[in-house]
Amino acid sequence: MTQAGGGILKRAALWRIALLVVAVGGLELLCLTGRIDRLTMQPPHRILVDMVALLAGGQLNTAIAKTLGNAALAFVIAMVVGVTVAVVLHYFRSLRHTLDPLFATYYAIPMFAFYPLLIVLFGLGDTPQIFIGAMLAVVAVIVNTLNGLDRIPRVLLKTARVNQLSAWETATQVMLPCATPYILTGAKLAVAYSLIGIIGAEFIMSTGGMGYEISFAYTNFDNAKMYPLILLILAVSIAINTLLARWEKVLMARRGLS
Amino acid sequence: MTMRATTAMPSVATAARAQVQVSLRAVDKEFNRTGRGGEAIHALGPIDLELRQGEFFAVVGPSGCGKSTLLELVAGLSTATRGEVAFEGRPIKGRIPDGVGVVFQEDASFPWLSVRDNIAFGLRRMKIDPRERERRIDSALAMMGLTAFAQSYPAQLSGGMRQRVCIARTLVTEPRLILLDEPFGALDQQTRLLMGDEVLNLWRKTGATVFLITHALDEAAMLADRIGVMSARPGRLIDIIETGWSRDRDSRIVQEEAFGAITARLWRSLRSESLKSIGKPEAGP
Ligand SMILES: Nc1ncnc2c1ncn2[C@@H]1O[C@H](COP(=O)(O)OP(=O)(O)OP(=O)(O)O)[C@@H](O)[C@H]1O
Ligand SMILES: [Mg+2]
Repeated sequence: MTQAGGGILKRAALWRIALLVVAVGGLELLCLTGRIDRLTMQPPHRILVDMVALLAGGQLNTAIAKTLGNAALAFVIAMVVGVTVAVVLHYFRSLRHTLDPLFATYYAIPMFAFYPLLIVLFGLGDTPQIFIGAMLAVVAVIVNTLNGLDRIPRVLLKTARVNQLSAWETATQVMLPCATPYILTGAKLAVAYSLIGIIGAEFIMSTGGMGYEISFAYTNFDNAKMYPLILLILAVSIAINTLLARWEKVLMARRGLS
Repeated sequence: MTMRATTAMPSVATAARAQVQVSLRAVDKEFNRTGRGGEAIHALGPIDLELRQGEFFAVVGPSGCGKSTLLELVAGLSTATRGEVAFEGRPIKGRIPDGVGVVFQEDASFPWLSVRDNIAFGLRRMKIDPRERERRIDSALAMMGLTAFAQSYPAQLSGGMRQRVCIARTLVTEPRLILLDEPFGALDQQTRLLMGDEVLNLWRKTGATVFLITHALDEAAMLADRIGVMSARPGRLIDIIETGWSRDRDSRIVQEEAFGAITARLWRSLRSESLKSIGKPEAGP
């Protein structure tokens, strides 16, 4: 990475922090001056304090563990299925041309509307929620992986053939490593989508998890619980995304593409 | 060192004439034009050619005449539309034979692997002793002048260095036939001459057959035992020139009188073909 490039990135990070400070500070001010009343929203510092108290208190640990565990499971399923499907579609062009328009319109489908049907299919346990989370995330993974696979220089595939790699070896040792930066882009989206999927499903009808707790707090005007939970979800997804972005940056720098 | 490039002087390659390693018989290659229906592109042929075990064969020809296509046929990366290509007596039918190494015209280094791991990639499928493996990698690194860059990634190297990584990756497999498609295209003239010496060195050391595609006539004249001259597309062999260099030649032969004579003959054969390839057929005498 060049120094100039690093400078630009550092400046972008500074701006991001500045923007955040202004937004949170403004919100704080609006809340403290009573422009936003306490029943609508707590001031940001209060949310933070409540979140720490909530985590320290431990009464929501089961809900948090359930949601994050299910989201992690949905994420892993989406990654494995998404990458595999992308590789298969990359081999079978005609199948891909059939499915392409579906991918383009996929996110217009109101996935949560199928929740009752999924309960009929999978029962009342966590399975329908995980299914929704994985379904929401999987197409982002497929589309981004395919995008990466399309950009593999032909000469690398010829090199694989000259080295007598099998189809499996070519996929795992040439195609996927080559497409990794694109797969990571898909992974970043998949983190958000699987969290949304799980929490949204819990929100609609479930008896546990962070989504359920948020919905319960919402109907009871329990702001001391609702906002800290939302903040926690935000913190978790930002943390994971930052890690993935770091990794992506290392890979891109290695390829001289920072 | 005195050398005279007369066709009468027997070189090592001509002495080993009996051993044919690669043979092409009446080979044609056509590409189907996608989109527009019907009409195929006749890229190459008909070509008849025999490569002798251990010789250094260079191919020159105008741009787009089918040189890379010819190389892919010999490598088994594509199949001939008509005719037969055989390696060590067995026909190649789109199956990559063992013992063939290829360095492509484009950069084929893996950007996610270090230089060392790129080179080791060539040995992935070979069951060899780990110590022997390290020895081969180290010697390929040294030969290509990459020892100091073993831990670097391709993006940190120049185009010419990346091409050397690809040559090293091919070398470690110790192929019996090395196919090089304009491997020095990205190099300056001086480095090109020196890399030519390295290729001559490895050719002598390994005893492998070298099939080198180049657009530089002087490079062909300096390196090869025989030079095949190709016509404009569809590429056919219109001349085969024996240089008659001794086996222990190096880049200093560019000073020889005979070198000029060979380059001149190459250009005589190629001039009108090159004009055709840029759409300007020869006019006048
Ligand atoms: N996969 C392909 N599909 C269709 N046409 C092709 C294909 N590969 C090569 N051709 C055509 O075959 C001809 C020969 O191509 P080739 O790459 O072998 O030329 P070349 O002699 O290597 O050229 P250069 O010196 O520019 O590398 C060209 O006219 C090209 O358009
Ligand atoms: Mg070519």
